[in-house]
Formats: sequence, C-alpha cells, structure tokens
Amino acid sequence: MDTSARIKAILETVMDPEIPTISLVDLGIVTKIKSRAAQHAYVQLTPTFSGCPALRVMEELVRDALTDAGFQEIEVETSFETQWNTNLISEKGRAALLKHGLAPPVKHEGYIELDVLSDTPCPLCNSRNTTLQSPFGPTLCRSLHYCNNCRNAFEGFKPI
Amino acid sequence: MEFTEKHVEGLKDLLYRMADDLLILGHRNSEWTGLGPILEEDIAFSSMAQDKVGQSLALYEILHELGESDPDTVAFTRNDFQFHNCQMVEFPIGEYDFSLVRHFFYDHADALRFEALTETVFEPLQMVTKKFKGEIKYHTMHANSWLKQLAHGSEESKIRMQQSINELFPYALGMFEPSDYEQELMESGLFIGEAALQQRWLDVVVPTLESYGYTVPTDAAPLFGGRKGVHTEHLQPLLDEMTEVFRIDPSAEW
Repeated sequence: MDTSARIKAILETVMDPEIPTISLVDLGIVTKIKSRAAQHAYVQLTPTFSGCPALRVMEELVRDALTDAGFQEIEVETSFETQWNTNLISEKGRAALLKHGLAPPVKHEGYIELDVLSDTPCPLCNSRNTTLQSPFGPTLCRSLHYCNNCRNAFEGFKPI
Repeated sequence: MEFTEKHVEGLKDLLYRMADDLLILGHRNSEWTGLGPILEEDIAFSSMAQDKVGQSLALYEILHELGESDPDTVAFTRNDFQFHNCQMVEFPIGEYDFSLVRHFFYDHADALRFEALTETVFEPLQMVTKKFKGEIKYHTMHANSWLKQLAHGSEESKIRMQQSINELFPYALGMFEPSDYEQELMESGLFIGEAALQQRWLDVVVPTLESYGYTVPTDAAPLFGGRKGVHTEHLQPLLDEMTEVFRIDPSAEW
C-alpha cells in the first residue's frame, strides 16, 4: 500500500466528534492527501459549515491518529478550496448517519427549497409522512422533523 | 491585471464591510438565544448567529493573509469608529418583528453579495463565498417564510411588520453605501460594485414584499455612515459586552 492509501485507511478510522458512527472520509471532508516521504503526511480538510466548532477538534483527531500510526511530519490544513456539500457523503456514510438515528440528507442538484426537506423519510419507521419543524437544529448540520406515522420527533442531516 | 495598492485597499475595505456586518449581526442574533418567542425560533436565530460569526472568521482570516492583524485582535480590540459595518446591523434586537425584517433585508443582500463574489478574480474570496452561498440559503428561506406568514397572521402582525419595514428600509439602503474604491473594484473584476448590488437586491426584495401584501417605501433616502466608521450610540456598548471576557485576559487559551 502506498503512503497516501495508508493515510486514507487511517482517516477511515477517525470518527466525527459529534456523530461517532461516521468517519471523516465518509463524511466527505477529507479533500486532499499527500505524502512526500514514508513518515510525512499532508491532509487537507474542508469545513462542513463555516461556523462548525468541531473543525479544530477534527484537525486534532487527524493529527493524533497519524501520530499514533508513526508519522513524524504531519501537516493538517483546513481549506475552502473544495466546498463541502452533503452529496460528498459516501453511501457508507449515509448508512452510518442512519445508524446514529439521523435521516441522511436528500441528494440534490445544488438547488434546495424547504419542500426538499419536507420529504425527509423517518429514520425510525421509514415513513415519508413527515413534517419539517425547522431547518435549524441542535447543530448547524441538523434539521428538526416530526414523523406523523410513528409520532416521533427526529433529526435530519440537512442537505447543503 | 496587476493589482495596485488602491485595488488592495479596496479589497480590504470590502472584506471589512462584510466581516464586520457578519460579526455584529451574528452577535445581535445570538441575543435571541434563550429568548426566542418559540423554541424553534430561538434555535434558528442561534444557528444563524453561529453561521455569521463563522463566516466573519473566514473573512478575517483572509484579511490576516493580506497583512491585517489576526482575527481575534481585529474582532476584539477595535473601537466603534474602526468598524465598517452598516448601521442597520448594530441596532438592538428590539421586538421580534424588527429582528425578522432586519434579517430579511440583510440576508437577501448577503446572499446576492456572495453570489456576485463567486465570480471575483480574488480566489480566496471566491472559494469562501461559494461555501457561504449554500449556508445563507437557509437564512433567506427562514426570513421569507416568516415575512409571508406574518403578513397574513393578524391585523396586528401585519401592521407591526409594515412599521418595521418602513423604519428599517432607509438603513437597509445604507448597506450599499459606496466605498472610496468602487472604480478600482469594478475595473479589476474584484466586485460588481455597491450600486449594482443594490439594484439586484431591490429586484428581489421589492417584488417579494409586495407579493406578501406589504408596501415598500422605495422613495426613502438611504442612511449612510456605517461603512465610514460613523455609528449609532448602540455599537460601542455591544462591543464592550462582546469583548468583556477577552479584555479580562487577552492571552487566555480557549
């Protein structure tokens, strides 16, 4: 395995600090991996939201994981060069969100209206008979919904 | 084209306008935390506050790369006359109608500003505004849904919203106060200029409000000053409160 592939494999074990079922790779925020020597790792991350407070924690988690794996020269950089959107979440990542009880984001073509969010299936019973309560939830990446079928409140990972 | 010193000054002025608006309005929005009329609204204003402060940080970081002080120093150690925000964002939150109308006017302007800047020749700003554009969509959707709902709520809700529209409109026009560098910004492809932005904003805001049944005082004269450091009596107390913890121990680690 070349070094870049090794770095990626390590990052697949680094979990989101707020949603511990999804790795940073599956979340789609790892935008560049480079290595110019066996002990050198460069990782570029992109923020999910500009105001996401977990970003600094994520940088630290990446640094720690690479240190534990024996890398000596580690560069972790956050950049807006690639703008994250929820279509970048992998299929595995979408399943991981569901496992955490969060409705995965609706896939979109860059054009989002509130109607799109009203269509979010319930992560508990799969019903589409749900109501969007607010596009703003407990964290910037989540929206609040109510399932009219199983009568549970639930959260969705909101499309962006 | 080669950037002259005046182009860079114009660019910095533009970045300060945007970042200061976001920081100050972000702070005001956060004042609804714990006080919103319903829980969802409390969360909405708190989330928008978080977005705005996050966006201001990204812009202060670009300014830092252009040679300005680091973001904390810039945000926490200036006095009111050094801020480039428009006056509209510094007013206290007032009643909910006032905050909603300000939110509507401001966020539509920002959405259009970000959209325009996705085509700026200055790449760092192009990258962040492409990001902000996705985030602000939720702010304008939120503003629209409340402006619409309260136009058809009760007699009182409609009257109060209309009063806030009348009161805030001249200040909203103040968002587009021309800078000293309009020519430089436009000729270099850095920005379309405040006049063009204002026109785009009017083209969105006026028909939207009219479709909800409000009237728009389009003949009102703009109230300028904020962009040149002239502020109301409300900004300095806000800064004093915002910087209180920082001033106790500026070297504290977080």
